Amino acid sequence: MYVIIVGCGRVGSALAMMLSQEGHEVTVIDINPAQFERFLGEDFTGNTIVGDGIDIDVLRQAEIERADAFVTATSGDNHNLMSAQIAQRIFKVPRVVARCNDPIRGATYEKLGLRMVIPTTIGAEYLRRAIMEEPAPPAQARGDSQPPADTPR
Amino acid sequence: MFIIVAGGGTVGYHLTKELLAEGHEVVLLEKDPKVAARIAEELGPIVLARDACEGRWLAEAGVVRADVVIAVTGDDEDNLIICQMAKFTSSTPVRTIARVKNPKNEWVLRQLGVDATVSSTAIIKQLVEQEIPQYAMAHLATLREAGLEFVEFHIAGDSPSAGRRVGDLQLPAGTNLILVLRDNTPIYPDRDTILRGGDTVIALLRTEAEQAVRRALVGEAQFYEVPR
Repeated sequence: MYVIIVGCGRVGSALAMMLSQEGHEVTVIDINPAQFERFLGEDFTGNTIVGDGIDIDVLRQAEIERADAFVTATSGDNHNLMSAQIAQRIFKVPRVVARCNDPIRGATYEKLGLRMVIPTTIGAEYLRRAIMEEPAPPAQARGDSQPPADTPR
Repeated sequence: MFIIVAGGGTVGYHLTKELLAEGHEVVLLEKDPKVAARIAEELGPIVLARDACEGRWLAEAGVVRADVVIAVTGDDEDNLIICQMAKFTSSTPVRTIARVKNPKNEWVLRQLGVDATVSSTAIIKQLVEQEIPQYAMAHLATLREAGLEFVEFHIAGDSPSAGRRVGDLQLPAGTNLILVLRDNTPIYPDRDTILRGGDTVIALLRTEAEQAVRRALVGEAQFYEVPR
């Protein structure tokens, strides 16, 4: 798979390392080149591009037209939402996922057809389960913005 | 009209004042409480210290009965989200206008559902082209919905179109040469009109054909020599 990741912070870089170790082709975009040095290990085999993830020319430079998946993982919710919508609605990337810390905003954009990952909700759920000494949610539910169906309310 | 302005920076502040002066009902949303308080001191309780990116605050501002939401924060992505949130939150149709810093994002934001965009960069560039007559090409007006532009071209003695019949020029389909100004005299060109150095040509063309028309009329030149 060819995956483009916007944002090379802790989350974006960890995802980039995982995917590249699994043998996928990865391009990471970040406006700050120091992030690549800081967070990407020496064994990272993918590409890096210095640029803004909401700039269509930067996305074209990353060859977004042939991307199988597109992930926005910066800490800016609105930046992620705009970048993901450009990928989904303008460049028609088949799989687009956006990180959004605000659960309400995330829920809105999920209704508008964007696949969201809400780290705040997921983090809170993991913390709650740790306190209650319950097992972690099943693997397939981890990436979901909704809490797993078996969550006691 | 009832207008919601999002963003209380310089643009939002002056825009709000102008709209109020014209008799419109305005609510200004500014997320920085200090900035909001300073504006509220002058303009009164029409200022809410709230983040317009959140649907609940747009609802509180009365988006459901708003005619227009104008997003003028300093970030293109925030202005996009505000406009989308306004449309999502309101049960009635609301027109949205976004300020855009990067001119490329004008097209992007309209693709993503914003009704109208304003880029000061693009406006200033257009004025520069018109006010500095040495530019080989100047945009006069854009009919965005129709995808058409009025563009002015300055033909120089060595331009590819100089000395040629209009009918012989390789112009893209849908291009109309409307007017030729020669020594300030208007000529309504037909296929047999021969263009000359010093002519000003006003064309109506499709936006995507702009570069092709430019190459046919003035070549690659950015500037032309002012004829004496």
